[in-house]
Amino acid sequence: MLLELKDITKSFSGVDGDVEVLRGVSLGLDAGQTLALTGESGSGKSTILHISAGLEVPDGGSLQLEGVEINGLGEAERANLRRSEIGIVFQQFNLIPSLTVEANIGFQASLAGRRDKTFESELVEELGLSGQLKQYPESLSGGQQQRVAIARALAVRPKLLLADEPTGNLDESTASAVLTAMLDLVGRTGAALMVVTHSVALAEKMDRRVRLKGGVLL
Amino acid sequence: MTNTILRALLSYWWRSPLQLFTFLMGLALATGLWSGVQAINSEARASYDAAAATLGEGQFDQFVPRAGDRILQSVYVDLRRAGWLVSPVLDVTFKGVRFVGIDPLTTPTQMSFSSESGFSLEDTDLIFGNAEVASVLVDFVDVTIDKSIPPGIAIADIGVVQRLFKRDDLSRLMILPEQPIRRPDPVKIAPELVVQPSQQVADVAALTDSFHLNLTAFGFLSFAVGLFIVHSTIGLAFEQRRGMIRTLRSLGVPLSNLLSLIIIEMVLLVLVGAVLGIVMGYTIAALLLPDVAATVEGLYGARVSGTLSLRSEWWLSGIGLAFLGAGMALAVRIWQIIQMPLLSAVQPRAWAIASAKRIRGIAILGMILLGFSGLLALIGTGLGQAFALIGFLLIGSALVLPWLTLKLLDFAPGKGVVTSWFWADTRQQMPGLSLALIALLLAVSANIGVSTMVSSFRVTFVSFLDQRLAPELFVRVEEEKTASALEKYLLERELEVLPLLTVERPVVGQPAKLYGVRVGRTYRESWQFLGADPDVWDQVAKGEAVIVNEQLARRNNLWVRDEVDIAPGLNIPIVAVVGDYGNPQGQVVMGELLFRKLYPNAVATSFGIRATDTANLRKAIQADLEVPDSGIINQASIKSMSLEVFERTFAVTAALNILTLGVAGFAMLMSLLTLAGMRTPQLAPVWALGLTRTRLGVLELARALGLSVIVFICAVPLGLALAWALLNFVNVEAFGWQLPMFFFPADYAFLGGLAILATLIAAAWPAMQMVRKPPAALLKVFSNER
Repeated sequence: MLLELKDITKSFSGVDGDVEVLRGVSLGLDAGQTLALTGESGSGKSTILHISAGLEVPDGGSLQLEGVEINGLGEAERANLRRSEIGIVFQQFNLIPSLTVEANIGFQASLAGRRDKTFESELVEELGLSGQLKQYPESLSGGQQQRVAIARALAVRPKLLLADEPTGNLDESTASAVLTAMLDLVGRTGAALMVVTHSVALAEKMDRRVRLKGGVLL
Repeated sequence: MTNTILRALLSYWWRSPLQLFTFLMGLALATGLWSGVQAINSEARASYDAAAATLGEGQFDQFVPRAGDRILQSVYVDLRRAGWLVSPVLDVTFKGVRFVGIDPLTTPTQMSFSSESGFSLEDTDLIFGNAEVASVLVDFVDVTIDKSIPPGIAIADIGVVQRLFKRDDLSRLMILPEQPIRRPDPVKIAPELVVQPSQQVADVAALTDSFHLNLTAFGFLSFAVGLFIVHSTIGLAFEQRRGMIRTLRSLGVPLSNLLSLIIIEMVLLVLVGAVLGIVMGYTIAALLLPDVAATVEGLYGARVSGTLSLRSEWWLSGIGLAFLGAGMALAVRIWQIIQMPLLSAVQPRAWAIASAKRIRGIAILGMILLGFSGLLALIGTGLGQAFALIGFLLIGSALVLPWLTLKLLDFAPGKGVVTSWFWADTRQQMPGLSLALIALLLAVSANIGVSTMVSSFRVTFVSFLDQRLAPELFVRVEEEKTASALEKYLLERELEVLPLLTVERPVVGQPAKLYGVRVGRTYRESWQFLGADPDVWDQVAKGEAVIVNEQLARRNNLWVRDEVDIAPGLNIPIVAVVGDYGNPQGQVVMGELLFRKLYPNAVATSFGIRATDTANLRKAIQADLEVPDSGIINQASIKSMSLEVFERTFAVTAALNILTLGVAGFAMLMSLLTLAGMRTPQLAPVWALGLTRTRLGVLELARALGLSVIVFICAVPLGLALAWALLNFVNVEAFGWQLPMFFFPADYAFLGGLAILATLIAAAWPAMQMVRKPPAALLKVFSNER
């Protein structure tokens, strides 16, 4: 199994004391598999995604990537793992505004020290970004920015791709186009994909769908 | 990885050239003004040190004449024969150059001058001086150029100087540190000489310390104003890059790598800014140095080289301070990055919102500092405490300003919906604008304070000139014989003649000038005193008391009825203290009879003459006594020359004042421009609700106008408090005199106008940006795709 979460718990401090967001979540994801994580706002979907990416540390439970326990790793080791093995696509794109589209796409691969310009060109072609390479993110539409974010995440050839509401800010047709491209590329690279979404249409295109409510999987 | 991260960090500046320009210019301006002032100071100190090392003044004990200014050569020979190891010196001033004749074989000073071609003082008849001295003496004597010789001084073998000026006497005898154990009492061999211990000689460096401290304070003020820009820019840059930093970390950049590279990025930028500042400082110093040289010579009689050298002490201090200032701002931001949660929401104005919460706390700190300042005004003494008082006053007021402005905005008039939004929006802008407003407050109040001090000084100085320059004509002759003939000639014409009798000798252990005056109508009617007993002039005329100048009185804590020593073994009471501006030395004024009795060898060669028909008298003196035209000068010429010297003296201060105001204007422009970039989401809804872009632009201008008026209103009392502190504390310590304070409302109104104009110009650019902003840019705010 590529990713395995066992009895994950997580609480956050609130005005009225601690709020328990995840209450013993267990979840597995195989290489090449796609998974949609759905649920109401505040159900803990994004927290699972952030924990899987090593961005958050769970209070309890076990998290393993390719059999390696992530929970015990330090900040620098988690950063290293994120840099080389995990691609993340955020709802707000999180592109670097001062870099061109081309530099943004190659950014994480450069950080990981495995930049492949031929593969990047294929991604650019596939995602229809050829005409925008020299542009800066501010001049792109939301759909184009999201495609740049997907290209950046895939250019590093991650084993695990995590996407947080990747089509949440896009209109229906743009969302469909972006999703199709993403699934196609994930299939070709053999990466596993976990998507957090409210969209039923998006969820239906995944191999598996799990629903989260009140911090537990239904 | 390192290159990739560094490229991402630097790309921000590449894409935000205005921010980069602000950052570099802020740092360059701050460093430039600071290092410029330091360059001037170090050049001046180097000149003082060179003079001290060369001339031995202040380093060695000396034999000086008990009266008069000459020592017979035979006295020197007698002392040598008796076993005293002394070295003769002859000082002669000609064409403003001090010729110093020394004996190269016996002198204890560090003099081993040699020309570039290898000649040295010991084996030639050459006269050595710097290029400036050589050009002054070009028609008189050949000067071999040696750059190490202090400005205004020509050095030669004593025999050369004696031959050049047809002298056969000496001015002083330097006592070598190593002396034979048994040597006779010098009083028995040379009773006409007195030993002047080294520490009693005026130490120019110590005397001018206060002046240079004044300049340093100004440089520091400018540096502080400049740092407001740097602090503001660094804050904004980090706030705007908060998203980027979060993205970098989420993409796997370890925090330690990120922080290291941010520090490297800042070091590179600070280095560029500081080097630009050093270049700017060098230019400023080169432009101001001639005026500073004139000031120091006018105030203290010290010579400073007019050429600037690139000395490591000032450019290193400039770079060091730039790093310190930027480092302080950076440390805060680094701490914030460390504390920042990896997944914190992007809040473009979080920086401003957080600052708003701090305004009240900062104001309380400011009030505490103002309290310290008040306490120092009540109990403080000394220059250090005077500067501490001013520092607390300025910093305290600066910290209170944002809170005070917010309070004043609470009373803003208007009930309409637009007016209400306008004031609410202005309050919201305060955190972002506060640093620029503080910079403006400091610059305007410094201008008001310093201009009040200088103008008060000018009023006092003009009145002082009217008192001191009562005679309508002044005549100076070279020969003693001509002097006696002139006096007789004038007295025969029944004119009131005021001979200028003077000798130099230490009083209360410090160098001073003693004057003998002919008490008459002129002195009785013209002179005003800072403190006096009744019948001043009667007591002076009878030789029962003397008048001393303010410098002598304040430096030695003397006042009316205290006693001073005016001759060996003779102490006499002070009957009055007189204001004396533009003169560094202590002065004692006594009646002519007493003076002639104490110093019978002194002869007056200068005379003031009371006359109505000065033109004809001038012609008659020239024709009958063959006095050259250059020896006669009328009252108006002297007054205009004195005022010219005065204006030049404060040219440096005026220049620094204008530069500080310029920096503050720049700070305001940069704050408004950077804030303008963040304003679109706030202005777009108001635009959508019906306010035109033009109206929004006009409202931006109105806001800048309103805030600058508030700042000016606060700057007036602060500036006056600063002037009061300068006049009552700093000036007394720095120059030795206390001046009355005058008010100049028209000048303040002009300054206020300038400050408001500078702010309006600064606001015009972002306002125009608003007016020209395409609707599409405003509409993007409402777009989900943004």
